[in-house]
Amino acid sequence: MSQLNVAIDTVGVADATPDEKQPWLELGLKEDEYQRIREILGRRPTQSELAMYSIMWSEHCSYKSSRVHLRQFGEKNPKTPRLLAGIGENAGVVAIDENLAVTFKVESHNHPSYVEPKQGAATGVGGIIRDIIAMGARPIAVMDSLRFGAIDHPDTARVLPGVVDGIGHYGNCVGLPNIGGETYFDPCYQGNPLVNALSVGVLPRSRLQSMQASGVGNTVILMGAKTGRDGIGGVSVLASATFSETGEGDARPSVQVGDPFTEKLLIEVCLELFDAGLVVGVQDLGGAGLTCALSETAAAGDGGMHVDLERVPLRAKGMEPHDILASESQERMLLIVDPAKAEEVLARSRRWGLLATEIGTVTDTGRLVVDFHGQTVVDVPPKSLADEGPVYHRPIAEPNDLALIAVDRAETLPRPSTDEEIRQTVLDMAASPNLCDKSWITEQYDSSVFGNTVLGTPHDAGVIRLDERTGVGIAISLDGNGRFARLDPYVGAQLALAEAYRNVAVTGATPIAISDCLNFGSPEDPHVMWQFERAVTGIADGAQQLGIPVTGGNVSFYNQTGRDAIHPTPVIGVLGVIDDVHRRIPLGLGKTGDTIALVGETREELSGSEWASVKHGHLGGVPPVVDLDHEMKLAELLSRLAQNEQLAAAHDLSEGGLAQALVEAICHSGLGAQVLLPEGADPFTYLFSESSGRVLVVIPRGQELAVRTACEQRGLPITPLGVADANTDGLHLRDHFDIGREELEASWKGRIGALLGE
Amino acid sequence: MSARVGVVTFPGSLDDRDAARAVRLAGGEPVGLWHDDAALASVDAVFLPGGFSYGDALRCGAIARFSQVMDTVKAAAAQGMPVLGVCNGFQVLCESHLLPGALVRNAHLRYRNRPARLRVETAHTAWTRLYEPGSEVVFPAKHGEGRYVADEAVLDELEASGRVVFRYLDNPNGSMRDIAGVTNEAGNVVGLMPHPEHAVDELTGPSTDGLGIVASVLAHLTGAVDTSGVSR
Repeated sequence: MSQLNVAIDTVGVADATPDEKQPWLELGLKEDEYQRIREILGRRPTQSELAMYSIMWSEHCSYKSSRVHLRQFGEKNPKTPRLLAGIGENAGVVAIDENLAVTFKVESHNHPSYVEPKQGAATGVGGIIRDIIAMGARPIAVMDSLRFGAIDHPDTARVLPGVVDGIGHYGNCVGLPNIGGETYFDPCYQGNPLVNALSVGVLPRSRLQSMQASGVGNTVILMGAKTGRDGIGGVSVLASATFSETGEGDARPSVQVGDPFTEKLLIEVCLELFDAGLVVGVQDLGGAGLTCALSETAAAGDGGMHVDLERVPLRAKGMEPHDILASESQERMLLIVDPAKAEEVLARSRRWGLLATEIGTVTDTGRLVVDFHGQTVVDVPPKSLADEGPVYHRPIAEPNDLALIAVDRAETLPRPSTDEEIRQTVLDMAASPNLCDKSWITEQYDSSVFGNTVLGTPHDAGVIRLDERTGVGIAISLDGNGRFARLDPYVGAQLALAEAYRNVAVTGATPIAISDCLNFGSPEDPHVMWQFERAVTGIADGAQQLGIPVTGGNVSFYNQTGRDAIHPTPVIGVLGVIDDVHRRIPLGLGKTGDTIALVGETREELSGSEWASVKHGHLGGVPPVVDLDHEMKLAELLSRLAQNEQLAAAHDLSEGGLAQALVEAICHSGLGAQVLLPEGADPFTYLFSESSGRVLVVIPRGQELAVRTACEQRGLPITPLGVADANTDGLHLRDHFDIGREELEASWKGRIGALLGE
Repeated sequence: MSARVGVVTFPGSLDDRDAARAVRLAGGEPVGLWHDDAALASVDAVFLPGGFSYGDALRCGAIARFSQVMDTVKAAAAQGMPVLGVCNGFQVLCESHLLPGALVRNAHLRYRNRPARLRVETAHTAWTRLYEPGSEVVFPAKHGEGRYVADEAVLDELEASGRVVFRYLDNPNGSMRDIAGVTNEAGNVVGLMPHPEHAVDELTGPSTDGLGIVASVLAHLTGAVDTSGVSR
């Protein structure tokens, strides 16, 4: 009983020693916050209580800097009967049909992935999967949105392989297909890589779970891994402060270690328990561990909770109560169950070899009381932890350099003019880190487990079959563009939203919901807060206009080293539904003789483009125009054409413009493309502009007129560009140049490994 | 009455649903088997699916070897029951000494997921009798520890006795002699790293070549009197 030899700071001790000096500053609390805790409790907090408040009131858990802005989502979200659970839950839940629902969410694990890339990324995947389980869903896929510093920077060769290994290892071992995502490189992410993971799950609507600790006398069960010292302070230290410029050495022990095998058992046991109706409430343990799970379930419930902390199974000796409460050990869930059913819950866990322990009881005291070997170490109102954290109205100021940046337009940069120069630009762009083939990364991920992956990488969106009998499925895309958001965070956020929305539509699915991951610098910098406010407003306005709700997401601040913040990087996940996955539209070129056409308008929009970045290292001007009404018409068109089976293939135009879309379609399909640019078009602009709202479509023979008519009816411009042809070697751009397949593939493929120095 | 094919679920099995689907699509009746239940529920054949049984603790397949169900599977295999191990299932069969050799870390040291082109080397097994020897199939291969290794003498013996069942046409992991799958002397136990159960539907797989695996065992079971295709 080594714990008893340590002097425990109990409520009684706190009462008796009101003037004891406490390390609130070191734990990240401000003086007024510490004083408020004392007011709430009517005494000084115990060591455990102080730890709990510092965690729950941290930026990561309380959203104290972002909350006033995030309210916009709730205010502007369109009302839809599809939304079964929204913001504030572990993950948003949307109805697919009268029986099925899906839940999805994207979350960041940026700071841990820089400190310890493999475990940081792995536990990011593990955390988001548990959010999905907590809604009552079976997780069915993951996606990842990754941003690193320059690919040739020596540290990228440390961070990238580790992050990919972590995501792959966790996802592969837990048995979830990785169905897509994105990877970008930019020096602004050098010391602050972004690792955003998305998971999606499916549930019968009747199985939707709640996080409420309701029902006085109900038993509180902790299930899963033992609790250790890993990750203590992860939330308050790592996710809520800027890395110092001197290095990250002290942060190392704060990164948790993941065990996907235990997570797999958690999935199976939890689903079995939900199906058997054995669970009243459930909450996952993630950042902030037991502290968060206990206070959130108790706050959401109708009374209080009593916990005997010494019952928590430990894997380290000598852990004190505040350590146990703060530990971020992975693969744990908290369950609230009827005491009459507790034994069955424990038995079913044992059958899978999973640890489950009764640690407490739901009470009617209105207090969260935690005892340790019979001594009370915590006695607090749970809402004060979970719901009544500080709210900041941080100062906001438009960055001074925006006007200067806006006039520094990429449209004025020197461009290639001869056919030979443009031809070389196509190849150079295809070989550039952001546009080249990413199979070095995606081959490390399982994509087919469950046997329901209809489209995965490198298609514009992942498509998963939900029901083998009806063929109903979902499509998901995850997109961001920090460069556009740096130029104009409102427009940049909407461009990311528009792209994710379009990527879903390109597969033939109808977009129905949004999840977002908002990656920004320090909220203490008024310029960053301005970017944040503009981006949130852009997304909220965009969701309102598109008529689909934001169902949840995550904010990651402090992606900043010293004074250097990352580009504001809102990453947007859009989920769509497709009635019959047999009618999905793939990437490619269809069959020989099929018509290649471009839907949408190409303007001279090069500011923020990949071309400006790759060829000039330039970022300036204003981003492309975003037109969400146009996007809605485009999505409706694609959905209709998919239903009528009038498209053989389609591909969204984004970074790299038409040239890159053609390269990808050719490399993926095995066919060649004969292309004739429209009369009078400037070849360079037409090939490399990044105008939004454009889709390359491939129309089967005999459907040309029907597709043209469908476009005209909706006022969407369509431009025939050429034909798919097995006898054409690669890209034939009539009157300009040819690039053979071998040369195209030599540029586009195998670059990541080569650039990492393998 | 279609034949009953047992699909074992170990803690950490991942492709068990896929295996059951493949059995169903090929016309068999999938029957779930539990790792610590010795009963084989009167199945006619057993499919050990892919995954990370017991979290790949110690070595891939090393713990599964000691499970209750494997005791029975070993006894049944000795009596001629067809047993298939895919990916982690193959690792379990090697660890259980039902098949020779071992699967070790890929030569390039990474997990790799790619469709694998394979040549079917023999139809003289319970699980490949409907394939044309020498024909090509495409199954997804996805593993980190799939490099087949064995003593040279064992490899020579496998080659000489026609027990190499599948060979990679583009070796993805450094397997010795490009071996992707092998069988036991009797031809009833087969293990391979690539996943035939992920190649059963045009919608989700690179081919439907995998349907022949279960179809073969169903043919083998219904024509059980005629075992000429299997025994040598």
